[in-house]
Amino acid sequence: MKRWQRWLIVSVGAVLFLVFEARPAYAMHIMEGFLPPLWALFWFVVVIPFWVIGVRRLRALISDTPEVRLLLGFAAAFTFVLSALKLPSVTGSSSHPTGTGLGAILFGPWVMSILGSIVLLFQALLIAHGGLTTLGANAFSMAVVGPWVAWLIWRSLNGRAPFWVTVFLAAALADLTTYVVTALQLALAHPDPVGGIGASIIKFGAIFAVTQIPLAISEGVLTVLIMNALQTNAKAELEALAVKGIRP
Amino acid sequence: MNAQPLSWPVVMILSLIVVALAVAPLLLIRDTEFGGADAAAAQAITEVNPDYTPWVVPLFEPPGSETESLLFALQAGLGAGVIGYFFGWQHGRRQQRDR
Repeated sequence: MKRWQRWLIVSVGAVLFLVFEARPAYAMHIMEGFLPPLWALFWFVVVIPFWVIGVRRLRALISDTPEVRLLLGFAAAFTFVLSALKLPSVTGSSSHPTGTGLGAILFGPWVMSILGSIVLLFQALLIAHGGLTTLGANAFSMAVVGPWVAWLIWRSLNGRAPFWVTVFLAAALADLTTYVVTALQLALAHPDPVGGIGASIIKFGAIFAVTQIPLAISEGVLTVLIMNALQTNAKAELEALAVKGIRP
Repeated sequence: MNAQPLSWPVVMILSLIVVALAVAPLLLIRDTEFGGADAAAAQAITEVNPDYTPWVVPLFEPPGSETESLLFALQAGLGAGVIGYFFGWQHGRRQQRDR
């Protein structure tokens, strides 16, 4: 995408926001309009470097190993499916897995920051799930922190712990930390008038993080199953990635 | 990147665990509609910060839960299609090589 195209999208988006009036709307992740403007901006500033490096790493990956393109589509599709599945949980609420651990193990966290953000953008635009103003914050939790957690666990345990345990932990903890970060982001923007940020962390944590625990376990097990299927079906691609070394 | 493939009984058990984790809350917890955790968070925001009004709305919002579930089903369907295509393609390639 050229620079002027990027600016065009940003300015058209800005105009559209001014046209629409504010009213409450619910969707998952952080809902549209539920972060004050300064916090929304802050998270965009935080996440933009990850997008810039992510695009570079993605280009390098495709030109170095064109044979993994289909696997890239596969990892994106996995995130796509998992974030469409709203599962019932122990708190009596529903939430959905993120599917970002698999891609982070395969391609590293930089590339996953792009794949995850594309899924978030799609959901924000078409399903009113998450939002454009909160895209920076949601991308930081789901497309940056989650994949980095998965990748760090993967890099530090691979070879030291059993393979399947490593895959499980990487995917499950990526899923869980995504929602812990979501709770933190909301607590920072909406501190409790009495208890301050601490009380808010507990409040939002109870909603997002606790709901997510069984889902994180599900995602971990599911990622193990998918990785198992990839080992028999996509051996060449996995080897191509491992030979070149999965860069951070 | 190399580990022994899981044996089929292990795969079966793991699949059952995934299903059980989704079904168990439905059986164990009553008197709830399993609404989205995001809606619960929106409510919590109003409790913490009663004066807060969202300052933007989604550009497009499904008119109701039916259309919303249609879009979610579409999302899952498209993704599952890509995943199916991937495994089918790999399967075909392997057969080609073996022949």
